[in-house]
Amino acid sequence: MIENRPGLKFFCHAMVLLAVLTVAFPVWIAFVASTHTAARMIEVPLPLWPGTELLENYRTVLVEGVAGASTAPVARMMFNSLVMALSVALGKIIISLLSAFAIVYFRFPLRMLFFWMIFITLMLPVEVRIFPTYKVMSDLHMINTYAGLTLPLIASATATFLFRQFFLTIPDEMMEAARMDGASALRFFWDVVVPLSRTNMAALFVILFIYGWNQYLWPLLITTDESMYTAVIGIKRMIPGGDASVDWNLVMAAAMLAMLPPALVVIVMQKWFVKGLVEQEK
Amino acid sequence: MSEVSIRNVFKSFGAVKVIQGISMDVANGEFVVLVGPSGCGKSTLLRMVAGLESITSGEIAIGGRVVNNVEPKDRDIAMVFQNYALYPHKSVYENMAYGLRIRGLPKAEIETLVQRAAATLELTELLKRSPRELSGGQRQRVAMGRAIVRQPAVFLFDEPLSNLDAKLRVQMRAELQALHRRLETTTLYVTHDQVEAMTLAERMLVMNQGRTEQIGAPLEVYTRPATTFVAGFIGSPPMNLIPGRIDAGGGALVTAGGETVRLPLAVPALGGREVLLGVRPEHLETCDPAAALLTPDINFVELLGSDSLVYGYLGADKRGVRLAARLHATSTRAHDGALPLRFEPENLHVFDPATGRRIEV
Repeated sequence: MIENRPGLKFFCHAMVLLAVLTVAFPVWIAFVASTHTAARMIEVPLPLWPGTELLENYRTVLVEGVAGASTAPVARMMFNSLVMALSVALGKIIISLLSAFAIVYFRFPLRMLFFWMIFITLMLPVEVRIFPTYKVMSDLHMINTYAGLTLPLIASATATFLFRQFFLTIPDEMMEAARMDGASALRFFWDVVVPLSRTNMAALFVILFIYGWNQYLWPLLITTDESMYTAVIGIKRMIPGGDASVDWNLVMAAAMLAMLPPALVVIVMQKWFVKGLVEQEK
Repeated sequence: MSEVSIRNVFKSFGAVKVIQGISMDVANGEFVVLVGPSGCGKSTLLRMVAGLESITSGEIAIGGRVVNNVEPKDRDIAMVFQNYALYPHKSVYENMAYGLRIRGLPKAEIETLVQRAAATLELTELLKRSPRELSGGQRQRVAMGRAIVRQPAVFLFDEPLSNLDAKLRVQMRAELQALHRRLETTTLYVTHDQVEAMTLAERMLVMNQGRTEQIGAPLEVYTRPATTFVAGFIGSPPMNLIPGRIDAGGGALVTAGGETVRLPLAVPALGGREVLLGVRPEHLETCDPAAALLTPDINFVELLGSDSLVYGYLGADKRGVRLAARLHATSTRAHDGALPLRFEPENLHVFDPATGRRIEV
C-alpha cells in the first residue's frame, strides 16, 4: 500500500515515535536513577533528568558492590555472566554444528530416531527438567562452578535443527566434489561446511549470547556463592526483602551495566546477524 | 594405462533396477559419450565409475585395476558436475588447488600446476576472483580446471554444458574438443543432448532404460542405428518409421491403411514380413510423380531459411502414418497436398516391429 497523504504520514510517524518512547522510557528512568543519590531516589516525585552522582554510583557498583543481601562487586558478576553467555553460545554452536553434520551427511543406523529424539527435546525447556538436572549437577559436585552453570544449557535442539536445514540446502555435489578432491568427512566439514555456515553461526551467536546472558532461573539455583553470581542474579540479590532500604540508584546502575553487553553484541554483530537471517549464500 | 572397462554392471535402488547389465571397454585416451533420455541411467553409470554410487553387481576396472571397492579419491579420476559444484567461499585458485593441497603436494608445485592449468583454460586473470563473480562459462571452465589440474587418468563429465545458454554451449563444446586433443586423457561424458554426443564423441553408448541400445562411432550410430530407439533418438527431426508389410515380391511396403511405399531396392528375402520401414527426414527429396517412392499428403511447412521441414500424412484425410521431410527451401513453395518424394537405397532402414532391432537388407 503506497499512499501519499501528509496526514497518514504524520500519523504513522506519531505511532512509531510513541512505540519507541514506550520502550525507551523505563530505560531512561533507570539511567536517570543511576545518576542520583540514594536519598534523592526515595523522594517524591522521582527525578526525570540525570543527576550528578553518575561516576560515583558506577564506581561503587563495579568495585565495591551493594550492601544488600549480596555484597559482591558487579564487575565480578559481569565476568561470570560473560563466561556463561560465551560458553553457552559457543558451546551450543559447536555441539549443534557437529550433530547436524552427523545427521545430514552420515547414514548410520537409527539416524532418524536420533534426529527426532533431539527434536523432541525442544518440548523440554530448562524449566521443565530443572529438578532432575539440578540433582545430576549436584551429584557431580558442579554447584558453584562454571561447568554447572553452562553445561545443562548447551545442548540445543533449535540450533541443531537450524543447521540441519541449512546443510540440506548445500548441494550434494559439493560433498561429492570434496570426495573427489580426496577430502575426508571432517576435512569437508572444516573446509567447506563451516565456512559456508559463517553467517548462520553469527546470527545464532547473537541470539544465544543474549539467551545465555539473560538466564535467570538456572543460575539462581546452581549458584549459592556470591562470587559465582551472574549479573542478572546479582541484581535480584541486591534487593533485600523486608523493611531494609533499597539503594535504588545502585541497583539501577547495576541494571544499566547488565544491559550493556547484549546491546553491544547486537550492535557489533548487526550486519552479520541480518545477513544470516535474510541472505542465503550461494 | 588408463582404459576403463565396465563389465556386466547392474545397479538397483531397492526394487528399482536402474542399470541392467551394461558392458563397455573404453580405450586409453578415448572420448566416449554416454547418451540417452533423462532417467535412462547414464548419470548413475558415470557415478558408479566415479565411485559415488556402489555397484550392485558386475565390475568396473580403471587402468586394469578393479575399483568396485576403491574410494573415489584413490581411483585417479576427476569429475566435472552439471552445477559445477565450486566451493563458493574459495577463490578460483583455491578451488583448483584444494585437491592438490589435500594430497599434500608442496606449495611451489601446487602453484606451478594451478598456473599451468589456468593458462590452458585461459583462467589466469580470474584466479583471484570468487566463483560468484564469474559468468556461467567461466565457472564451467574453473570446474574443468579443477579436474585437469590433478592430471588424472580419467575425466568424468556429468552434463557439464547443460546449464549454459545455447551460444556458450557451442563455444564450450569446441573448447572441450580442443582440450581433449591436447591432453588425450580418457574421457567419459554424459549428456542427453544428441548434438553434443554427435560432435564430441569418438564413440558413443546410447542408453535407454538402463540397457545398452548401441555402442559405436557417431556416424555409424547415425547411418546404421541398431534399434528403433536409436533411430528415433539420434537425428532431428527423428527418423520416419512406417509400419507395414513387405509385399510378396519384396518391392514395396503396404501399410495397414492400404498405402504403398515403393522400395528403392528389392528385398525379396523379407517378402510377406511385417516390418518398420525407416527413412530420415533429411534423406527424402522431391522428384517427378513417376519416380516417386512415396507420396505423402503435406499439411504443414516450417521454413528454417536454409531448408524447410514439411510434415504430412501417408494417406489422405490425415489418417495413416505421419511423416516429416527436410527439403531445400527452394523446392517447397506452397506445398499443400500430394508431394512426390524419393530416397536413395543406402538410406533405407528396416526394423523388426516386435523387437525393434535392425534387419540388415
